Amino acid sequence: MINHHPSIELLFDYAAGATPEPVALVVATHAALCSECAARIGGIEAVGGALLEIVEPVDVSEDALDSVMMRLDEPQPAALARVSAVDAETAAVVPEPLLPYIARGLAHLAWKSAGRMIEEARLPLTGKGFKAALMRLKPGAAMPVHTHRGREFTLVLAGGYKDEGNQFLRGDFDFKDPSHEHQPVVDTDGPCLCLIVLDAPVKLTGGFGRLVNPFLRI
Amino acid sequence: MPGLASRLGRANAGHHVDNSRLNDLIGAMAECRDREAFAALFRHYAPRLKAFGMRQGVDAGTAEELAQETMLSVWRKADTFDRCRANASTWIFTIFRNKRIDMLRRESRPEADLDSVAELASDASGADDDYHAARTGEIIREAMIGLPEEQVEVLKKAFFEDKPHSAIAEELNLPLGTVKSRIRLALSRLRLALPEGQL
Repeated sequence: MINHHPSIELLFDYAAGATPEPVALVVATHAALCSECAARIGGIEAVGGALLEIVEPVDVSEDALDSVMMRLDEPQPAALARVSAVDAETAAVVPEPLLPYIARGLAHLAWKSAGRMIEEARLPLTGKGFKAALMRLKPGAAMPVHTHRGREFTLVLAGGYKDEGNQFLRGDFDFKDPSHEHQPVVDTDGPCLCLIVLDAPVKLTGGFGRLVNPFLRI
Repeated sequence: MPGLASRLGRANAGHHVDNSRLNDLIGAMAECRDREAFAALFRHYAPRLKAFGMRQGVDAGTAEELAQETMLSVWRKADTFDRCRANASTWIFTIFRNKRIDMLRRESRPEADLDSVAELASDASGADDDYHAARTGEIIREAMIGLPEEQVEVLKKAFFEDKPHSAIAEELNLPLGTVKSRIRLALSRLRLALPEGQL
């Protein structure tokens, strides 16, 4: 049961094609796990379809049809590198939209220690000004108290954490902006794997965190 | 500017927007590689796709290229079209949107695999019907006729101009909250919004 969803505005921007790739990735990965949001996205796309019908047509050039007709028999461009076989853990945990970013599987990512309880692996995303990463957190790990200079999108892929009195589990979508100061704490019954996308560095607000946690910078 | 209802109505009467015929044309392309069907779809959609692109601030030449590339993808992907899931216009809109992202931003477009999400939905009790109903372009289309023009305006801006809500607010000289609430109102009229409390 998924309890935390992207806002309708974010779903709208995603369906209209207005979200940059890293943000689209978090929304798409959530939608792969949440049939309600997938249905809402489909409905918003139907609004796009209806608008396409009512837009006042603009003539295309006379040879436009012919030049496309001549290309119909061209060989198809090779599909984007499909993810071949991944290990069982990756297949069980990573939803389809995220797979192309994970190369050969979770175990093969360049995990970097970011403190005693946290490991982080950057995803190959060129989105300017964004950081996209997977974070692996040990059971019971407490993140330092922090707030944000920008927006933070989190999607839980495995395990869970509590934040501001809410429980987040697989499929749950968490959004934070500069108005939130928070300290997520991982559940004690197992590790937690999250996809996170940030569009500005986090700002550590706890005195201790500020001293010991430079790794959270993007 | 005529209201949405009259524009949709006129589109129906004048241009024969007959979705079941358009759906059939895509079916004919998928099954028989029917080039006549492709030509008919091109004549219908290419001028609309070009207009859509131009409304999004793309110059006429690029908008035409975008329309052509979209139609080429429509030909190539015809066998993935599922009329139970989306009507022809909705499906073509999504292909256009992804082409635009690919061509103009040089980014790829992460998307959920709808087949596996549909399975997920049918596992949850009662969700299946809603799932398909929400995707039916006709229902959305009819519901859009009943929307006030100010709500249609924000929907159009968001779609045509590829802008986040904050930019739309600036442009219409409205507080961000007003833009958000208009979009929310529109989407809840279309029965797409999340239930209160989940927003």
